[in-house]
Amino acid sequence: MSRYIIGRIGQALLVLWVAFTAAFLLLQALPGDAILIKFQNPELGLGPDQIAALREAYGVDSPLWAQYLQALGNFLAGNFGYSVQGSVPVSQELLANLPATARLAGFGFSLAVLVALGLAFLATLAPFAWLRSAIQAIPSLFISVPVFWLGIMLIQTFSFRLKWISVINPGEWEGLILPVITLAVPISAPLAQILMRNIDEVSTQPFVAVARAKGASPGWVLWKHVAKNALLPTLTIAGILFGELLAGAVITETVFGLNGIGGLTERSVRFQDASVIQAVVVFSAACFVAVNLIVDLLYPVFDPRLRKAKGAAA
Amino acid sequence: MTTPLLSVENLSVAYKEGDHHTRVTHEVSFDIAPGEVVALVGESGSGKTTTAQAVIGLLPENGRIEQGAIRLNGEDISKWSSKRLDAIRGSQISLIPQDPTSSLNPVKTIGAQVGEILRIHGDRDGKVIAARVAELLARVGLSDPELRARQYPHELSGGMKQRVLIAIAIALKPQLIIADEPTSALDVTVQRRILDLIDELRRENNTAVLLVTHDLGVAADRADRIVVLQGGHIQETGEAKALLIAPQSPYAQRLLADAPSLSTTAFREPRPGGGDAIVVDGLVHEYGLGRKKSFRAVDGLSFSVKRGTTHAIVGESGSGKTTTVRDVVGFGRPTSGQIRIDGTDIASLKGDALRQFRRKIQLVYQNPFSSLDPRQTVFSIVEEPLVNFSGLDAGARAKKVNDLLERVGLPEALRKRRPRALSGGQRQRVAIARALVLDPEVVVLDEAVSALDVTVQAQILKLLDDLQRELGLTYLFVSHDLAVVRQISDTVSVLQDGRQVETGTVEEVFLRPQSAYTRELIDAIPGKRSLALA
Repeated sequence: MSRYIIGRIGQALLVLWVAFTAAFLLLQALPGDAILIKFQNPELGLGPDQIAALREAYGVDSPLWAQYLQALGNFLAGNFGYSVQGSVPVSQELLANLPATARLAGFGFSLAVLVALGLAFLATLAPFAWLRSAIQAIPSLFISVPVFWLGIMLIQTFSFRLKWISVINPGEWEGLILPVITLAVPISAPLAQILMRNIDEVSTQPFVAVARAKGASPGWVLWKHVAKNALLPTLTIAGILFGELLAGAVITETVFGLNGIGGLTERSVRFQDASVIQAVVVFSAACFVAVNLIVDLLYPVFDPRLRKAKGAAA
Repeated sequence: MTTPLLSVENLSVAYKEGDHHTRVTHEVSFDIAPGEVVALVGESGSGKTTTAQAVIGLLPENGRIEQGAIRLNGEDISKWSSKRLDAIRGSQISLIPQDPTSSLNPVKTIGAQVGEILRIHGDRDGKVIAARVAELLARVGLSDPELRARQYPHELSGGMKQRVLIAIAIALKPQLIIADEPTSALDVTVQRRILDLIDELRRENNTAVLLVTHDLGVAADRADRIVVLQGGHIQETGEAKALLIAPQSPYAQRLLADAPSLSTTAFREPRPGGGDAIVVDGLVHEYGLGRKKSFRAVDGLSFSVKRGTTHAIVGESGSGKTTTVRDVVGFGRPTSGQIRIDGTDIASLKGDALRQFRRKIQLVYQNPFSSLDPRQTVFSIVEEPLVNFSGLDAGARAKKVNDLLERVGLPEALRKRRPRALSGGQRQRVAIARALVLDPEVVVLDEAVSALDVTVQAQILKLLDDLQRELGLTYLFVSHDLAVVRQISDTVSVLQDGRQVETGTVEEVFLRPQSAYTRELIDAIPGKRSLALA
């Protein structure tokens, strides 16, 4: 077992290294850089000599491989460099923006799971066939809604028309409601679709008939027998959707003008603040890899068949 | 006459397909008295399972009762709501399902699943439930019930799982147990023990049993009365004894004649046979289990098969049959020992020589539903080996394939169809044709008729017999079913846990078995009671 865990962690580190390298190369391939964007502004009145000195100080003109090794070494040492635009260490920027995004992502994901579960259970237990098929169609609708459009529509409806939620200086929690919904909808859709399919599949299993034959009601069977079996394969998908969650957070934070990792990403891309982008990419990749690693390691906890059998397994 | 416990009257069930309903049972009527065992016998598609599902109110969603009544103690339950039926399911009518492997929830403990039926019907006290669960598990013959209660289904064997399911079915001492093919997924010796257990528990509580089975032998051994179904119609109903001695309907007569376990046909005429087509000498096959550990799946198997004859390998699951087959056809490499096919040692072959060798030895698998590519037509399935191996042009290939399909009795109309559109028997004919298209010398039949209904099974066995005679084929026939082996084989090896406990001619082995295990296997063949009557 421990060998398996070590192997998986090794894989995770490899993925991180690849993400780091790819991000580094892509950023280097872009024309121009943050220094030029920030300091070439004529209002600052810096001469070519001074800009060259700044470039030297940031080390942007040394050969590619040297920059790469330097960046990699710094990353390994936990030093993410300086934000050119913000003139603060990148780690500080990340830390400052992390709580807001974590809150948004956490609530968004929780809501997505709740919506998916609700839809899937309703689609199974609703009393009429037409109602069940109507509910089954909802995820396809959700999946096809673009995040930015949904965000704008929600603001239009609930803030401007109905005036339920203020957009200008909302309270900390009030301001979270619409972004969380915006983020949750597209994530809930694939989860709900997979859950519905799994529930249908598990429901045809003979052990479900046996449970019915014990006298269990449909609700009991769904809750005590089908749910856990149907949720197991959904775990993997949930881990993969975490990537969607990060991407969704960028757009959502931009649409709602929130401060967070998403907003930071958007700003640093606009200004080509390479060290920030580099750090955001590696940080996101690390989160993604960690979540999926945890999902894989959790499987044996939920599924007794994956626990190592004692003695010989045939 | 007292009121019957269960009375099914003119029951017709229909399934919705598209816009219309198709009836699958037609005015089925029968009674079960308290404590009586009634067997519903029929082949797949006869409506026996549908009838049983209707009785316990668990028809699939697209099924509905179109007419008739199901009276339990005189009260018609066929129109009860599902909610009302929940109260009697488990407590008055319970179910022993067909396939123990998939009939227990894989992520819940045995104890939780047995205890569940007590909880559903009102028990709340965890300690009382745990004690009752242990008592029930002990009652169905499971050792160490407290441990079993904490285990998960995958940690138990098939027979043990079926015992757990029986414990669930008897937990509330129901008046009626519906046993839907309760043993068809189990080995014969396990099958007998499970049926004995059901019998014993039934007598203890005076429970009636509706036994659904395709196996007339099982019905003959266990039932008081037999209801024979075909295509949703009752063909015959009668006392088991009378029906077995003198079946009235032509269908029951045919079923009786085709049931291998009930036929009293003589042993096969000895075939002349030529030189040795297969020689297996001291075959040992070990599987590595991590470092320094290994598991010996086959331990010292030796036999030889004369050309044009059939050798059977008999054993229960885990006996090493499949490993032997894989080694013989050259998919697996034995740890030691020698396998010679037509004088060639397989171990000496590599690469292309091994590939060419495969022409000589062909395999027919057990499951005709998964061994054929669903996207190919029948014709191209049979043609494919020719494309791979022979230099024949398209015209010559077509002639050969059509000749062969003709020979295995597949009508021309079916050749452009895909496997989905064929019945189980037709699919197995396709699989046989595919095996024969390269003119092999040896055909390995791995449980090739086990998944088929008895009448279809009889037809396929006859086909195999004819082909052997016409083409001089040598068969290696792997089976768990001794009754079938008796019909088709000349010689037989009996395997137990990888060891060969017996080998010889079929007649010797069946009439004078040397090992206790072989005797147990022979005794476990269902249908003894009817043979005793005859």
